[in-house]
Amino acid sequence: MNVLQDSLIELIRRTSAEIPDDVRQAILDSLEREKKGTIAESAMKIIERNIALAKQKSQPICQDTGSILFYVDSPVGMDQMRFEDTACLAVKKATKLGYLRQNSVDSLTGINDGTNVGPGSPTFHFHQQRSDRINVRLVLKGGGCENVGAQYSLPNEKLKANRDLDGCRKAILDAVLQAQGRGCGPGILGVCIGGDRATGYEFSKRQFLRLIPDRNPVPELDTLEQDILKTANDLGIGPMGFGGRTTLLGVKICAINRLPASFFVSVSYMCWAYRRLGVTLDAEGKIAGWLY
Amino acid sequence: MINLSFPFTEEKIRALNVRDEVALSGVVFTGRDAVHKYLHEGGRLPPGVSLRDGILYHCGPVVLNDEQGDWKVTAAGPTTSIREEPYQAQIIKDFGIRGVIGKGGMGDRTLAACKEFGCAYLHAVGGAAQVLAECIRKVRAVYFLEKFGSPEAIWELEVEDFPAVVTMDSKGHSLHREIFATSQAELAKHL
Repeated sequence: MNVLQDSLIELIRRTSAEIPDDVRQAILDSLEREKKGTIAESAMKIIERNIALAKQKSQPICQDTGSILFYVDSPVGMDQMRFEDTACLAVKKATKLGYLRQNSVDSLTGINDGTNVGPGSPTFHFHQQRSDRINVRLVLKGGGCENVGAQYSLPNEKLKANRDLDGCRKAILDAVLQAQGRGCGPGILGVCIGGDRATGYEFSKRQFLRLIPDRNPVPELDTLEQDILKTANDLGIGPMGFGGRTTLLGVKICAINRLPASFFVSVSYMCWAYRRLGVTLDAEGKIAGWLY
Repeated sequence: MINLSFPFTEEKIRALNVRDEVALSGVVFTGRDAVHKYLHEGGRLPPGVSLRDGILYHCGPVVLNDEQGDWKVTAAGPTTSIREEPYQAQIIKDFGIRGVIGKGGMGDRTLAACKEFGCAYLHAVGGAAQVLAECIRKVRAVYFLEKFGSPEAIWELEVEDFPAVVTMDSKGHSLHREIFATSQAELAKHL
């Protein structure tokens, strides 16, 4: 399985050091939009320079190389346990090579064994598909942006948010206001309406697999996405919370069923250092193509 | 752009205003969660080390040891500062700190300490680990490496033209408080 391990190490290296093209384009567009000579423009210029430098040096874009989240579409009959074992070895090697920081701490003892492998790290989400290829998507999500995520239970009296789309809008915009620049903005929101507390957050993060310029096929959600993006940028929070025209680069929302008694709106925030890449592997585990 | 160079005197710091962009040159000391808790609980700095008129950087850098045994910082962006809010004001007072570099801003107690003791909060661009690591010219020393581990240790770093924005000055102004208020008012118009 060395072929698969090597492929996964390369996926980790590139994900940590290279911003996907769609995100880079969104960052360049927002740099254009910022008023010349402002601190917002200076911040965006530093961000642009950092993206180029990380790629050139093949070093982590951000020193917080984040939670390691694998999303795997696998052929029927693939040995998932074997895949997990190989991916864990790849994570250990990638950490030794400096593609990942020693970033995983035992919550009870506080000990960081330096491997990035332990209970809950890395995380795997498997889905079967009727194809003999394997698609592996990887998201590295840093702690600063993870800490500003928020989950609302509607109705929310303080926000005057009812159990309808307008209530969802109020909750999502409150999350943007509360986050300010602390999630290393300009950021991207992944939102899930419905579900239970755990699946709500899980589906909200899955939205980060979408491309920034794509449009939601559900008309109501598409309208809400465009509205939140425009309104958030009107708030003037700006890059890093310095004030400015770009608070968010994108908004991605899904809706899943809920219980009659529950109505959750789960908001995940992704920093500008949006590390998400993917590969298609052939039957031997060799990289056959890149997904972003 | 204001060149802010060693020595970091009270006069230089008190001349800074919110929104000023600075290029910092001189010595900075890293310190994050473990160091703040330790110093706040009365812990002492190693003999010969002083933070007086110094700059404290909220950062857990990635540092490698090269073939010659020299330290090299390979990634060094700021970490979220608000976690140090329970400790920061006291530490500014007790250790005579003139500048705190971090990200995300800090609260009212730190702002009050900046005003009273002549300190400023300097916001670096979060996530810009490579650009900021390039500004570090030399690792002068490391303290508490065994005690706290590499990211939490105190690294004494020589920096040149390290870019940051003054977001809390010594006159009681906070850009974070200001932007929160204006964005909250703007949001109310859109609801």
